[in-house]
Order: sequence, then C-alpha cells, then structure tokens
Amino acid sequence: MEDYVIEMLHITKEFPGIIANDDITLQLKRGEIHALLGENGAGKSTLMSVLFGLYTPEKGVIKKDGKEVKINNPNDATDLGIGMVHQHFMLVDIFSVLDNIILGSEPSKFGFLTKAEARKKVMDLSNKYNLKVDPDALIEDITVGMQQRVEILKMLYRDNDILIFDEPTAVLTPQEIDELMKIMKDLAAEGKSILFITHKLNEIMEVADRCSILRKGKYIGTVDVADTTKEELSSMMVGRNVKFAVDKEEAKPTNEVLKVENVCVKSKIHSNDSVHNVSFNVRAGEIVCIAGIDGNGQTEFVGALTGLDDISSGKITLCGEDITKKSIRYKNTHGMSHIPEDRHKHGLVLDYSLEENMILQRYFEPAFQKGGMIKKKEMRAYSDRLANAFDVRSGQGAITKVRSMSGGNQQKAIVAREMDREHELLIAVQPTRGLDVGAIEYIHKEIVKERDAGKAILLVSLELDEVMNLSDRILVMYEGEIVGEVDPKKTTLQELGLYMSGAKRDDRREAK
Amino acid sequence: MQTKESFFKRPGVQTLLASVLCAVLGIIIGFIILWFMNAEHASEGMGAILTNFFKYRVASSKTLMKYMGSFLVNSVPVILCAEAILFAYKAGLFNIGAAGQYAVGIIASLYTSLALGWNWFFCLLAAIVAGGIWGLIAGIFKAYFNVNEVIAGIMLNWIGLYICNIILGGEACMNQSKSETYEISEVNPSGLLPGFMQDFFGGNQYMTIAIPLTIIVAIVILVVLNKTTFGYELKATGHNKEAAKYAGMNAKRNIMLTLLISGAIAGMAAGLFYLTGIEHYKIASSVPGMGFTGIAVAFLGGLNPIGTIFAGLFVEYITLGGQYLNTNYYNPQVADLMIAIIIYLCGFVLFFKTILNRPGKVKVNANAEPANTAKKEV
Repeated sequence: MEDYVIEMLHITKEFPGIIANDDITLQLKRGEIHALLGENGAGKSTLMSVLFGLYTPEKGVIKKDGKEVKINNPNDATDLGIGMVHQHFMLVDIFSVLDNIILGSEPSKFGFLTKAEARKKVMDLSNKYNLKVDPDALIEDITVGMQQRVEILKMLYRDNDILIFDEPTAVLTPQEIDELMKIMKDLAAEGKSILFITHKLNEIMEVADRCSILRKGKYIGTVDVADTTKEELSSMMVGRNVKFAVDKEEAKPTNEVLKVENVCVKSKIHSNDSVHNVSFNVRAGEIVCIAGIDGNGQTEFVGALTGLDDISSGKITLCGEDITKKSIRYKNTHGMSHIPEDRHKHGLVLDYSLEENMILQRYFEPAFQKGGMIKKKEMRAYSDRLANAFDVRSGQGAITKVRSMSGGNQQKAIVAREMDREHELLIAVQPTRGLDVGAIEYIHKEIVKERDAGKAILLVSLELDEVMNLSDRILVMYEGEIVGEVDPKKTTLQELGLYMSGAKRDDRREAK
Repeated sequence: MQTKESFFKRPGVQTLLASVLCAVLGIIIGFIILWFMNAEHASEGMGAILTNFFKYRVASSKTLMKYMGSFLVNSVPVILCAEAILFAYKAGLFNIGAAGQYAVGIIASLYTSLALGWNWFFCLLAAIVAGGIWGLIAGIFKAYFNVNEVIAGIMLNWIGLYICNIILGGEACMNQSKSETYEISEVNPSGLLPGFMQDFFGGNQYMTIAIPLTIIVAIVILVVLNKTTFGYELKATGHNKEAAKYAGMNAKRNIMLTLLISGAIAGMAAGLFYLTGIEHYKIASSVPGMGFTGIAVAFLGGLNPIGTIFAGLFVEYITLGGQYLNTNYYNPQVADLMIAIIIYLCGFVLFFKTILNRPGKVKVNANAEPANTAKKEV
C-alpha cells in the first residue's frame, strides 16, 4: 500500500457542451514532487478547482491520507493543509513581507496584533528552508524571486503540507529558477508534498519524481520521471511527436529595414524613462529578438515603435523613411505589421466576427469597400482564405464571434492577418503567449518562413526557449536599456540570465 | 427540443424576450400600485391605460384614426432621441446630452420659423445643425481634453435649457399673454412640415412627413452601423477602444463625429416634433425629459434601430394611457409614476438578458475562477 497524502480518484467534471475532466486520477505521494503536465485547456485548472472545492465533480472522490473527504469550499481545502502559489502573486504591494505572510491569519491578543510571535515563526521557517527574505521590506521593493519566496512562506506559515505551484517559473530568470528548484527539493525532503503545474519539460526532468499528463480533459498517464524522456512526455501531452528545435537555415540578412536611434519613452509611473536610449537595427531576412524579464520596458518600447504610445525622443526609420511621428494608420500601410502582446486588448475586437477582425486594418482599402459600404462578399472570401491558409478553426467559420474562439485560434487569426498584410517589418510580441506546444510549433515555423521570404522580423519575447530557438540576434533589455547583444549560437541560458537580471552589461555597446 | 433551445439562445430572440419581460413586469407592478391606491377600481384603471385611445373605436373609425395619428406624432421625438442615444452608445459613448441637444433643436426650429419666418425645410435643417453643434461641443471636450461626455453633456443640458428659455421667451416667439409660443400655422404657415396621409388619419392636421422621416432615419442608422466602413469603425471603437487605436482608426475624429451625428438626430427630433405645431414651447425649469426617456427606450429596444421604434411606441402608448385614468379615483400623477417604473425597468433589459443567458455564462467564468477565489483563503 502506497502512502498517498492526497488522492483524486476518477474525477469527472462536466460543463455544458464540454467535459473538462473526464475520469481523471491523480495520486500524490508524501514527500514527492509530482508534476502535472498538460496543454492549455487540458483540464489542469479545473482539476485544481475541484481540489479547492470551487467545483463539485459529477463523479469521483477525493481522499486525504486514505480517508474520503468532502471539499466544498476553499476553506475546507486550507483546513486539510492544501496551499497554492499562484502564477500571479497574491501580495499587497505596499505591505511589508511579514504583514503579507500573516495576512488572513494574524496572531492577536484581545484584538491587538502580536507580531513578535509571528516574526519568530516566519524567521524560523525562513532559516529552516533557506528561504531568504527581509521581513521588513515592502513587497514593491523586492525582486520577483523574493516575492515568490514570500508566497511559499505564506503556505508554510499556515502549516500547509500539500503545496501546489502553478507555473511558478514563468516570471523568473534562469538563476532564480535554479534557486526555486532547489527550494522545492528541500521542501520535499522535509516531507512536504508538492504538486507542480507546468508545461516546461526541462523543469519536470530536473525536479519532479513523477509526472501525470492530461490531454483534452482526459487522463493520459502517470510516469516516473527517471524512466522517461522529454520527447516521450511531450508526445503524451500533445498526442504526437513535437520538434523542439526550430528548423532554420543560417540567416542571410540583406538591407536594413528598421533603424531605431536613441529612442526614449517617458514612464507613466515614475519620473525616469521607461525606455532609455535604445538603438539597434533589423535587416531584411533576419530575426532580431528583444529578450528580457517582463516589465523592463519592452511593452513601452513596442508602444513607441508602433505608435500606440508617445515617444519622447529619438528617431525611427522604416525602409529609409523617418516614421517617428507618423500615425498608426500610416505605419500600418507603409510596411509595418504588428502581432501585439495582448491579443484581447489590442489585437482583436472580441465581439466582432472572425471576418470582421480579419480586415481590422484594411477595411478602408478599395478591396474591401466601395463608396463607404463594406464589401461583405470580399470580406468573407478573404477571411475564409486566411483561415484556410493558417488553419484558423472556429465554430461557425467566418461569422464566429472571436470571443468564442480558443486562445490558440485567436492568436492564429492575428498571425494570419499580420503576415498576409503587405509589410517589410513584422513586429511579433510574445507571439506564442499562452499557446500549447502544437500551436507554438506552427507559429514558429511561419515566422521562420517569413524571414526566409526576406522580411525583417523583430521578436519580443519573455520565453527563453523561444528566444534561443528562433532568433538570429538577441538584444537583452534591462530597465529600459539594451544591455547586451548576443549571438544565440554562442551564448548560454546562464549568460542570458545574467544580462536579463542586470548582473552583466555590455559596456562596449554602451560606448558605441 | 434541440432546435427549440438554440432558438431561445439566439441573441436577437433573447433581447426581444428581455424587452417584453420588462414591459410586462412594468405593467404588473403598475397594476399593483393602482391596487394599493384604490383596489376597487384598479382593473378598471389599468384597463383604461391599456385600452388607451382605442376606446374611440366605438365612436367612429375616423376619430380613432385621428387619435392614432396624434399618438404617432407624439412618439416621434422619443423614438429619435432614443436613436440618437443608441447611435452614440454603439460607439461606446453615452450621450446623456441628448436632452440639451433636443432643447437647442427646439430653439433653432421655433426661432427660425416664428421669428425669422423661414420655410420648414430650413427650420428643420437649423434644428439638425443646432443639435449637431451641441453634440460636437461635448465631442471636442471629450476628444481633446478627455472630459467625460456624461459630465459635459449634463452641463450642456442646462445651458441649452436656459438659452431656450431666454430666446423663446422673448417677444418674437412667445405669446406673452398665454405664456407659450405662437402658433406656427398663424404666424408662418410655410414653417409647418408638409402633411402626410392626413386623410387616412381622420384629417389629423399634425400628421406630417415627420413619421416617414423617423422611419427613414432608423433605417439609415441601421445601414450605417451594419454596412459601412464608418459604422465598422464606430462599433470597433465602442467594443474595444484599444484595438481600434491599434488598427489605426482616428479615435478623436470618431468621437467628435459620433457626438455630432447623435446631436444632429436629437436636434432633428425637436424639429420634427415642434414644426408639426402639435406642441408649443412653455418656459420650463427642467431639462426636456425626452433625452432621458430616450435612454430607456434605446435599451428597451434592444439597442437595435428598428427595435427602438417599437419600444418608443410602447413607452409613448403607456404615457398617453395615463391621461385616460379616471382622476376621481387616482391622482393624475399615478400615470407618471407607472411610466417611471416601466422606464426604470427598461434599464434592466441587459440585466434580464444576463439572467436568460446564465447557463452559458457560468461556464465562461468557471475557468478563470480558481485563482481568484483561492486567494481569499490563503
């Protein structure tokens, strides 16, 4: 008899029209790190919601230490010692570390806080698990890595012994990821049981003992990580073999398409520049990538480049023409395509149909309107052609409301639209954000095809795998500045991480 | 069964159901109020409201048609104000300033016809232009100074009202002994709108081209919103301002143009109403209610230009019905109260729609839920 601390047996949860969890079994052993792997929409979130009592499953039972339990709401889950570190931290920015940790279960006597006790407990935990934090620092002043440690301490402070990490590495640098992996191992060694939700295979291979795979709401299997390979895991996740490396030839850059000189953007939050003195160029036939940790000025820079935000100084040249002060419409029609970072905010009008979204920047062209009336037939034909060429799937074809389409297909629709538009420069910001492996593979292939067709591509990405695989040159952005330029073939993730965290900067570049 | 369910899931059908639900609920609550005030005569009172001018059917069909005509004429301003609000709403703007645009429309139409003796066509044009300018002012403030159109609109409502009182209260327009504006038919017959099917409507002199024009305006709005690049831009802006900006649409220009057109429609509403001669302007101490009733009508009409026509007719029908209440048993203001309740319920059309939609909604929220709720318990 195995020693399972939590068992979810034959869980089935249905929603109208979809079975989110179809007979899923997940068994967590005491002291193990158990990875839960699956694409978007595979049912991971639903399963966790069932564990936290947010949904009542139609079928199946949950057992704690072999005894059946009923979890009706999140408080029941907490009472059973289940805690979770969310992908987006649940911290109060202007509170101190200590205040955040005790928030919600404040120790008190006669209604007055007794923080000294709490502080002692927190510091003991901090030392025991090697989770270094400064209890008096404000959350807004500490690094993302330390914020995550605060989240972990929150769980430990509440004596949780089942810890769920929801994609914990998405926001970390490679160095911070290494540290987290070590912490997780230490916690497991101390007898805590860890459920690790992710779709990064490298991390699973490194840290997990076992891995359960979900696909499209179904339970595919549980494997011992020691006996498996990345390739096997990914084919279990996707249902077919996926290539990790992007096939591409050596880039053959030709003439300069985009030239950025000393671009500065004023911050909306503080008095410093959010983008400072950024200069580089992109040539036809190459993929240049801006890498960096989220929030280091990439969004603001792209805003200034595309015209969504104001630029405070500097010069932008596209195909030899100064476009610094041109309107968005002008840039759109003079060689710039833009796959925006936030597809819901910028890329799509969600309440418009697929066909209406396909002509978002082109509705005024003679091809789609005559005398101010939209040519519905041409619009439909165009949309169908793009959907066909780029494999955009939707429930009712061209008239499907985009809101009802899956994230992957929404993104494909944007990619199709931006690639089909006449352009010399493609700005792709996080083009595969939130997509599953199959869709990522597809979009990467399309981007390489674009490059080989002689387009200039500026990729802005937070995903290091994407950065390393896709780009021909990498620029690293840190606190609004380009701190280094590296060749993806000659660099390592570690070196990239040093640049991204500001630990290293290329002074030669600065002098240039 | 399957087909039936999907029929009720269709957005158009749901909107219609929600609107009908609102109307019925309003009538039921109205009945309850009548019952509390005077239980004995409640059903009689409700009957009077609902029978309305149809009680003249026993007299003669000519009388009935004449009353029917007046009912239609009275519906014109409510419908057009609702169309104005709807148009702006589709572009993501809340034109609460329709009341003020309506007020300046009154000024322009009555002043040009009574004081200047212009032909009806130019009087109507003046009303449209005046309303448009009033809307444009709010638009300029919104586009260039980021002043919320609701704030600017409310202030412009009062400015419009007082200008209206000053200009139309003068010797040139107002019969000082009767405290209302002169009869256009006496002062300047060319200022009256041309008649329309007056004989059919029992010789109702107020039946004018205002009726077909209103329908035409509704159809034009429908076409502009659904078939043109301009409508495409406006709705894109209304749905998602950021995406419209990303697509290179000129947000400032669209905001100004939308409020200009919306204001022009509200101004036209005033012109088409006052230039029939059915109503005179009296010095008022509050902003014309049309602009506000129009908000409710637009929602009751499911934010559809054609649906709005029917919603406007319904609201006007109940308003008119209040006059048929027996004042021996009921305070005349009961009718106003009932109308207010129905209008209030109109605001809930969207709410009802959400309830009708509920089974679908839960699923959508479900996936996003865990992160949020789990937060509380940690």
